[in-house]
Amino acid sequence: MNSSKKMVNPRNAYGEALVELGGEYKNLVVLDADLSKSTKTIMFARKYPERFFEMGIAEANMISAAAGFASCGKIPFASTFAVFATGRVYDQIRMDIAYSNANVKIFATHGGISVGKDGASHQMIEDLALMRVLPNMTVIAPSDATQTKKIVHLMAETYGPMYARVGRADAPLIYTTGDVENIKIGKGIVVEDGADITFIATGTMVEPALEARKNLLKQGIEASVIDMHTVKPLDTSLVLKYAKQTNGIITAEEHSVIGGLGAAVAETLTEKNVSTKFLRMGIKDKFCESGDPADLLEKYELNSKHMVRKAKKLLKK
Amino acid sequence: MKDLSEKKLRQLELMAVKIRKHIIEMLYKAKSGHPGGSLSAVEALVALYFVHMRHNPKNPSDPDRDRFILSKGHAAPALYAVLAECGYFPVEELEKLREINSMLQGHPVCKCTPGVEASTGSLGHGLSFANGVALAGRLDKKDYNVYVMLGDGETDEGQVWEAASVASHYKLDNLVGMIDRNFLQIDGRTEDVLKLESVRDRWTAFGWYTIEIDGHDIQEILDALNEANSHKNQPTMIILNTVKGKGVSFMENNVDFHGVPPNEMERNLAIEELTLVEKKLEAML
Repeated sequence: MNSSKKMVNPRNAYGEALVELGGEYKNLVVLDADLSKSTKTIMFARKYPERFFEMGIAEANMISAAAGFASCGKIPFASTFAVFATGRVYDQIRMDIAYSNANVKIFATHGGISVGKDGASHQMIEDLALMRVLPNMTVIAPSDATQTKKIVHLMAETYGPMYARVGRADAPLIYTTGDVENIKIGKGIVVEDGADITFIATGTMVEPALEARKNLLKQGIEASVIDMHTVKPLDTSLVLKYAKQTNGIITAEEHSVIGGLGAAVAETLTEKNVSTKFLRMGIKDKFCESGDPADLLEKYELNSKHMVRKAKKLLKK
Repeated sequence: MKDLSEKKLRQLELMAVKIRKHIIEMLYKAKSGHPGGSLSAVEALVALYFVHMRHNPKNPSDPDRDRFILSKGHAAPALYAVLAECGYFPVEELEKLREINSMLQGHPVCKCTPGVEASTGSLGHGLSFANGVALAGRLDKKDYNVYVMLGDGETDEGQVWEAASVASHYKLDNLVGMIDRNFLQIDGRTEDVLKLESVRDRWTAFGWYTIEIDGHDIQEILDALNEANSHKNQPTMIILNTVKGKGVSFMENNVDFHGVPPNEMERNLAIEELTLVEKKLEAML
């Protein structure tokens, strides 16, 4: 991890964004399921208590109630951990939000295995897949605090069902406030350009991909790094462009290799008959375990070291 | 509220018969759907839409409207018939229930059918949705009320009890629930499938004000709705004691008509029975 970059927690960025938006959007309401201190919705609750709704440990009710708020012209943000925000309430999201095309924003924290010591019960690695398969749903995994803040603003500004997830941990700042104009839902960002291979990463995997690029550069390999914060709708033209102009694609996500970013990219490449060297990095169809986040990312091969190794191997194929 | 005139009451009862005839014709034409729970819900819907609720079929999205949410979405035919008779859409649309390219889906879908507030059909969601609507109304200082109809079997769902807790916690006195207590669900008697009694004690224990009435008596329903609206600091649950398949002799209390439409002979018999009641009521006007 790059020690020169400032570490900021994307969850705090979420809380700050809600507070900023609360002044601008009088119809914005926030719901939480007894995790407001962790999801940081508590920041909004302190500033706008009348528009914050503590719904208790009753996520199904929270999601359907959020849809009820939306039916009255409110912009509800519903938050809890990613495990509870998707899998536990899949039917409520499907019926009341996606099927109804309701203007509900689900913002989840604690996505992925870097949740760490709580173990697999709390490590959500299926959420992107579950949300991506729902018609009408936009799916986003911001990569740093700056981007998170911008994405939350865009979620409020843009009509439609949306799901966004960040991790638990602090994350290095990739973007400065000057970069935010280039952050648009559905548009991937080319953070670094290189001719040899392309990392298409989402969320917490963008920073390790940037680290991997640096190390590969020392070995004479130039990698592009694309921050694909929006997993759905996927920026397919960017995927195809880099599939053609570099010699291979590696997708990286703190998520199962099934159904998420890697799957979406694979579907795009296959359907467009683009033949390229291709590898999905993610959790390989298994549940993980308790442990220090860095140890977990090492064991399950989701850090810059493994990215370097796999990039070299892929190019040799 | 004072009692309705005899004449007005007869007119509402006539409307209930008309709705039942629509239900039978719709399900016969669609060759699928749920007669039993549609027929048991008719009087409550008639009381709400033709007397009690503040709503305007010409402006279904009026922000000040009272809202009705059919949590037991399989009773869609009853809701559609009532909405059509109110003028939300032409009565002719009813013939297209469950057909391809129709605005009348097998279960209610908001943004598809004018007047439908929430997409239902997966049981247990409606009361939660209503929590959001009621909280939003309070936040906006609006005086609308939210009405939700649940099936009795539907209250097997855990989400209903999440919603019950939250509504009571927030003292949502602009929220009125109605349970269509017809004692039957697909697999049999509610008390055999998964015991519900005492329904009233359960809701009371969850902090709700409860009223128990004859769910086919329009005057009783209207009185209960008024009582619910004037009760403060608590949500109200009205337990409607009903008969599944009400109004069609061979469907009444017959669990086989939960989700099976009438065949031609059954449809003819049902329409004949309902026409007799209709004529009797007309003669009383």
